[in-house]
Amino acid sequence: MADAHAAANSHEAPPELRHHFADLGAQREASTLAMWLFLVTEVLFFGGMFTAYVVYRSTYRHAFEGASNLLDLTLGAVNTAVLICSSLTMALAVWASGAGRKKATILFLVGTILLGGVFLGIKAVEYTQKFQHHEVPGPHFVVPMDEATHQPLPRQSEMFFSLYFCMTGLHALHMIIGVGLLTWLIVKARRDEFSPRYNTPVDLVGLYWHFVDIVWIFLFPLLYLLGRHTL
Amino acid sequence: MSHGSASSAAPKAYFAVFGALMALTGLTVWASFLHLGVWNTPVALAIAVTKALLVAWIFMHLRHAPKFTWFVAAASLVWLAFLILITTSDYVTRAWLPIYGR
Repeated sequence: MADAHAAANSHEAPPELRHHFADLGAQREASTLAMWLFLVTEVLFFGGMFTAYVVYRSTYRHAFEGASNLLDLTLGAVNTAVLICSSLTMALAVWASGAGRKKATILFLVGTILLGGVFLGIKAVEYTQKFQHHEVPGPHFVVPMDEATHQPLPRQSEMFFSLYFCMTGLHALHMIIGVGLLTWLIVKARRDEFSPRYNTPVDLVGLYWHFVDIVWIFLFPLLYLLGRHTL
Repeated sequence: MSHGSASSAAPKAYFAVFGALMALTGLTVWASFLHLGVWNTPVALAIAVTKALLVAWIFMHLRHAPKFTWFVAAASLVWLAFLILITTSDYVTRAWLPIYGR
């Protein structure tokens, strides 16, 4: 009887199951672990920039505090909220796909894309302002005034903006890739590829999206909130 | 990896974490205007670490993940600590010795 069951199961192996895994549970666990390993490398990818930040911020504290005050706190805070909202919709999309709710899955995925788009749009507005104010590192950089003392900031404020553009730029690149992955998920969801039995792609893109959110959770205070107490 | 078992409890937890993340964002903005001396950055980082742990624990399902996944996730922090601590140990100690080119 048990043998008959096993034989029947092997003939009716689910289409999502790759042949080198014993069952879908083992496949899901291996996929999740691999995604976490990738995220470890991502931590170190961003970690290099955070290390540069630690070194230069501790060396040029005053320049960093003054330059940080030139970032738009309102836009930064709104973007933080937008990204947290997108993490919520992403978590709900993972849940909905695991619960077999196709419409809700697509709705939450579309919502996550829209919120990601709002984030990138606000980021574009901020970048535009930085270009207009000559606060972009390079030949057109003009040493800005310290809003607290009304004296010119140290020259190293340019270093702050270099790190600002590298760190937020790399983060934005991850967001753009994330939006591409979410679009791919919507296509798959529309094709009924997800079920309570198998929603691993949604789960893994979710891990990626939440990781990108975590990076921003650290970028926001470290870039936008350095010198507010000096104002 | 029990997704089905907590199917109705999961969204509730997500909304709770969402509320906490929003509140902590407000808190960190508010705290940044306080005159805490050297403590401004530690307070901001403590709030950020709390938010990151909430995201990892609930949104990223570490809560339900096998122990080995916890191990891998924690390993990222170990390597990050190596990267930052060993690099800064160089920068901090350079001024201690009168070495040319420091």
